[in-house]
Amino acid sequence: MTAVTTAIKPRGALSQSVRDSLIVAKRNLIRMARIPEVVIFGLIQPIMFVVLFSYVFGGSISVGGNLSPDVYREFLMAGIFAQTVTFATAGAGAGIAEDMHKGLIDRFRSLPMARGAVLTGRTLADLVQTTLTVIVLAIVAVIVGWRVHEGIPKMLAGFGLLLLLGYAFSWIGALIGLTVRTPEAATSGGLIWLFPLTFISNAFVPSNNMPTVLRHIAEWNPFSATVQACRELFGNLPPNYPVPDAWPMQHPVLASVIWSVLIIAFFRTLSVRKYRSAAA
Amino acid sequence: MPGAIYAEGLVKTFGDVRALDGVDLDVPEGTVLGLLGPNGAGKTTAVRVLTTLLQPDSGRAVVAGLDVVRQPNDVRRAIGLSGQFAAVDEYLTGRENLQMVGQLYQMSARDAKARAQQLLERFNLADAADRTAKTYSGGMRRRLDLAAALVVSPPVMFMDEPTTGLDPRNRQALWEVIEELVAGGTTLLLTTQYLEEADRLAHDICVIDHGKVIARGTSDQLKAQTGGERVEVVVHDAAHLTGATEIVRGFGKGEASVETHTRKITVPVAGGAKLLAEVIRELDTRGIEIDDIGLRRPTLDDVFISLTGHAAETENEAANETANEAERKENAK
Repeated sequence: MTAVTTAIKPRGALSQSVRDSLIVAKRNLIRMARIPEVVIFGLIQPIMFVVLFSYVFGGSISVGGNLSPDVYREFLMAGIFAQTVTFATAGAGAGIAEDMHKGLIDRFRSLPMARGAVLTGRTLADLVQTTLTVIVLAIVAVIVGWRVHEGIPKMLAGFGLLLLLGYAFSWIGALIGLTVRTPEAATSGGLIWLFPLTFISNAFVPSNNMPTVLRHIAEWNPFSATVQACRELFGNLPPNYPVPDAWPMQHPVLASVIWSVLIIAFFRTLSVRKYRSAAA
Repeated sequence: MPGAIYAEGLVKTFGDVRALDGVDLDVPEGTVLGLLGPNGAGKTTAVRVLTTLLQPDSGRAVVAGLDVVRQPNDVRRAIGLSGQFAAVDEYLTGRENLQMVGQLYQMSARDAKARAQQLLERFNLADAADRTAKTYSGGMRRRLDLAAALVVSPPVMFMDEPTTGLDPRNRQALWEVIEELVAGGTTLLLTTQYLEEADRLAHDICVIDHGKVIARGTSDQLKAQTGGERVEVVVHDAAHLTGATEIVRGFGKGEASVETHTRKITVPVAGGAKLLAEVIRELDTRGIEIDDIGLRRPTLDDVFISLTGHAAETENEAANETANEAERKENAK
C-alpha cells in the first residue's frame, strides 16, 4: 500500500495539466468509440446539407454574378465545413452536462488533478471527432465536385483554421454544459443559436445581397471570417467576387485566428471558473 | 489533538436556506462517525465541504491535518469519496475506470494498472473487469465506486449514503467491506438514512437537522437519552382496550399511550422480563385475550423520531427541494 502511495511523484503544474487532460481525453475517446451512433449522426447532417444545398440552391444563387451550379458548389463547401465544426459545441455541452448529472464531475473534483483538465480533455476529444467528421465530409465534397485550386499547404492551412474554430466553439459548449442541468438541454442549447449565427453569415449566400444591418453583422461574424479565409485558401472564390470592405473580410485569415483565440481565452476562463464551483 | 476529521462552526447558506448552520465535528483517527439526518438536513452539504467540493461561508475544517479551504489539493490526495450516485463512467470497463482514477491521483500508468487489478480482485469484480460498467448490477457499480475511492488507500474516507438503493444482500456485503476497511485503520465519515446501518458501523453518531447538530454520542448513549424500556400490548378485542390500559398502567412508571386502530397500548416500565410475566398473568386473570405482548428497548428510530419529530426514512421532500433549488440558484450566479 505504502509502495503505491510513495510512487506518486510531484509534477510541474503545466506537465500535470497536460497529462491529466490527455487522460481525460482518452477516456472521452473510448466513450465515443463505444457509442459510434453519435459520430455517425454527426456526419449525416453535414452530408445532407452538401447534397441539398448544392442541388437545390445551386443554379438559383448568384456568386459574383455567376449562376453556375458548379461555382456555387465550390463556394458553398467552406460554409458547410465551418458549420459542421461548430456543431462540436453541442457534443461538448451534452458530454459535460451528462458528467455533471451522473456525479462524475464530483468524482473528478475530489481528485488531486489539474483544475482545467476535465474540460480540456473533453474539448480535445471533440477536436479528434471533428477532425474525423471533416475528413469524411471532404471526401463527400470531392465526390460532388468540390476541388481546391491553391495547393496542398494552403488547403491544410484552411482545415487548420476550421479545426481551430471548432475547438473554440467546443469551449462555448463546455460553458453551456456546466450551466444547464441536463444533457438534453445542453444539446438543444448548444445548437439553437448556431442557426442564426451560421445563417447570418457568408456561409450559404454572399453577404453583399443582404439588408444593410444583416450585412454588417455577417461581415463581422467570427464565423464569416473563417469561411472567407477558407474560400481564399482553397481557391473557391470566383474571379470577379466582390470582397466586402469590412476589415475581417479583407484580412480573413488573421481575423479567423484572432476570433478563435479570443473565444478560447474568454470561454475557457469562464468555464474553468464555473467548473471549480460546479455542483450536480 | 484534533481528530482525522475536524470541523468548527461550519456555515453554508444557499440563498435563504442555511444548509449548514454552525456544525462542529470531531472524528478521532481510525473511528467511524455516522452522520444521520432526514433528507435536506445538510448531510450532503457537510460532506461536500469536507471533501473540498464546496467552500464554506464561515468556519474551519481540517481533514487529515490539512485545511480544506487553504490546502484543497493536499486534502484531495488524502481522501477518498464515494458518493450517493455511483460515480463511475458506464461506458468504460471496471478496469479502465480504476486505472483512470489512479492516474488522476497522479500514479504512474504502471502503478495504476497494478492497483486496479488488486482492487478488482478484492471487490470481487475480476470476472467483470473488462466489461463496461453499463452491464454491471447496482451492487457491482457500488463496489466499483467504492474501489475507485480506495485507489490510493486514503487514510480518510467519506461515504455519502453508500447503500441507498441496494437490496439487503448487497447492503450486507458492502457493510462487510466497510468494516474490513475500518479494521485496517481508515477513518470514515458516513452519512446514512438507515439507522440500522449507523447502529452497526458507526462508533459515534451525530444527528443533524436543519443544518445543526441536534444530538451526538454513541448509539447506546443516544438510546439511553431517549428513554428506557416499554411494554407493548396488543389486545384481541377492541372492547377490552380500556380495561387492559388500566391494568398495564398499574405496572408502568409513566403515562400509557393507546393506539385505537391497532389496539396497541404502550407504557414505559422498569423491571424487565419479570414484570412482563406479571402483566401477562394479570391480564389472563381478568380474562383479557391478547394478540401480542413484548418488552421494547428504544431503537435508533425512536431516537430519531424523538429528536427530529419525524422518522428518518420519511421523505422530507419539501426541505430537500428547497435546499437543492437554492444550491442551483447559487451555482447559477
